[in-house]
Amino acid sequence: MPAADRHSILAAPGLLLLVTFFVVPVGIVFDQGLFDPAFTTAHFERFLARGAYMAVFLNTLRVSVVVAMACLLIGYPVAYFIVRQPPRRRPVLMFLVLVPLWMSILVRTYAWMVVLGREGIVNGLLMTLGITDQPVKLLFTTGAVYVGMVQILLPIMIVTCYSAMTEIDQNLLRAARILGARSGQAFARVFLPLSLEGAVTGTLIVFILSMGFFITPALIGGRRDMMMANLISSQVSQTNWGFAAALAIILLLATVAVLVAARLLTRRLVYAAAKTDTP
Amino acid sequence: MTDSTEPSGARIRFHNVSKRYGDVAALADFDLEIGAGEFLTLLGPSGSGKTTALNILAGFTEASGGDVRIDGQSILSLPPEKRNVGMVFQSFALFPHMSVFENVAFPLKLRKTPKPVMRDKVAEALDMVRLGDYAGRRPSELSGGQQQRVALARAVVFQPAVLLMDESLSALDLKLREAMRLEIRHLHSRLGSTIVFVTHDQGEALTLSDRIAVMRDGRIAQIDTPDRVYDQPTTRFVAEFIGQTNLFDVTPADGGGVHVADLGVAIPAEGMNGAKAISLRPEKIRALANGSDAPDAGMVVFDGMVDEPLFLGETVQYSVNLPSGRTMQFRENRGEGRAPLRRNDRVRLAFRPHDAVPIVRD
Repeated sequence: MPAADRHSILAAPGLLLLVTFFVVPVGIVFDQGLFDPAFTTAHFERFLARGAYMAVFLNTLRVSVVVAMACLLIGYPVAYFIVRQPPRRRPVLMFLVLVPLWMSILVRTYAWMVVLGREGIVNGLLMTLGITDQPVKLLFTTGAVYVGMVQILLPIMIVTCYSAMTEIDQNLLRAARILGARSGQAFARVFLPLSLEGAVTGTLIVFILSMGFFITPALIGGRRDMMMANLISSQVSQTNWGFAAALAIILLLATVAVLVAARLLTRRLVYAAAKTDTP
Repeated sequence: MTDSTEPSGARIRFHNVSKRYGDVAALADFDLEIGAGEFLTLLGPSGSGKTTALNILAGFTEASGGDVRIDGQSILSLPPEKRNVGMVFQSFALFPHMSVFENVAFPLKLRKTPKPVMRDKVAEALDMVRLGDYAGRRPSELSGGQQQRVALARAVVFQPAVLLMDESLSALDLKLREAMRLEIRHLHSRLGSTIVFVTHDQGEALTLSDRIAVMRDGRIAQIDTPDRVYDQPTTRFVAEFIGQTNLFDVTPADGGGVHVADLGVAIPAEGMNGAKAISLRPEKIRALANGSDAPDAGMVVFDGMVDEPLFLGETVQYSVNLPSGRTMQFRENRGEGRAPLRRNDRVRLAFRPHDAVPIVRD
């Protein structure tokens, strides 16, 4: 047996794992969505025909984009702040960022119910300060979904940006300064282009995770804040397996499409930021 | 870069500069004057404050006290970008997302240099470091020596009055390091900038510098030309840090000279006033062949036993046990007619009194 073949045996356990836990389940989903029992596109036609389903899909996209952007706008500066701290302080700050990740999403979402509820902390504060007489409706709103999801996903964004930023040699910034760059110029021309890759990756990870979010919109969102995962869940509970599978396929393809588009777009962006004019 | 007729270097003056980190003084009452166009090396072990001094000059570290002036103007309140100082970093610090051309053009672009002028200056700087054909490459596509030269071109392309080099050669391998020394010397005479070079490598310091400031514990232990720092160290620390040497404690002898207990000899008075020890370089000591080779008049003679010969190429270094129990080193050129000494050979050694350098301080 040639050496290459013998070595490829070593890949077998990993391959087996991938097939069992990834290829087979996704295959079953595709099978359920497209065959009933013969090949059919009925489930997809149903999705396209009913505006309500489309509204859920668009809402999922919108929430995911908003959450990913909000995480980027908050997480990138936080990661930058941590990276600029003295080396001894950084692990402590990163630890604090990571602590919320150890709590389940369910617990954190319940915590938001306590914070945002009619008799919650925020309303209590507003009324004590005399800003309002009546409790403001905070819970079961789109805003609550945004706040909850951003809080849950932010650590992932910060960690991704942070690890990209620690790769950047701090001497590069010093070099930029001594060569004539003000601190803002050093950031824009050296730090930003070198950390952009990490920021894009973090944003895409948060986006992917958002697309599949289930608990948070279900518990603290309003009725119009239903997302694809909630819709799939309700179809499954009504034993509409075929339609649920079709929805899952649509969600998967949409996520992949956005991912590919974002990569193509940002590759040019990263390139443009890195590139200055050559002779 | 510039006409060599117009001196472009700046005078630098450190005035009582100090830097404290908590209880630790990285720099204490640091006083230093560097002439326009001078090549000055800050030489010292790690923790001696040389990098702190450089970082204060560059504007990366704030001084706790004192003043730093470039051409008479205090610079401590200026941010790094306003100091008109070039710098070559130990890690080179080339921007990985820019081509060689863009790296070198970076300081010019920030100074809003018109494009045609910029192109010419970058080309000139790259030609100077013999990398004219590499403008389109990325730093990651270059060897260490080439990266070093790009860093050099980038640091001088905007004709700074002062050029700082922080352990700039230590990332290179030995051969390359020696080639770069020559290149830097050459560059210095061509540019005329004042160069402040930081290193822990005494060889680099000796070959490159106009003057060397040997640093220890945040202070200058001795500052002088390379040959004087080597030949006339005033402290034990400098004598041991620069080159190799034998240090012997001495006591005042009757008649004005000093007595060297370890060698069992006396050295006449000349210049020995206040000496606590003497420094004797290994190459200043000669072996006499079995007493047949009479020493020159006035040489100091003593005996020892060869412990370990060390072959160094063109020279052999011998470790010699003295009757007092001390070990010392001496070095001689090979092929001087006499058979090489072997372990346990008795040997008679001699040196000229004025080659024994008096050490007055620790």
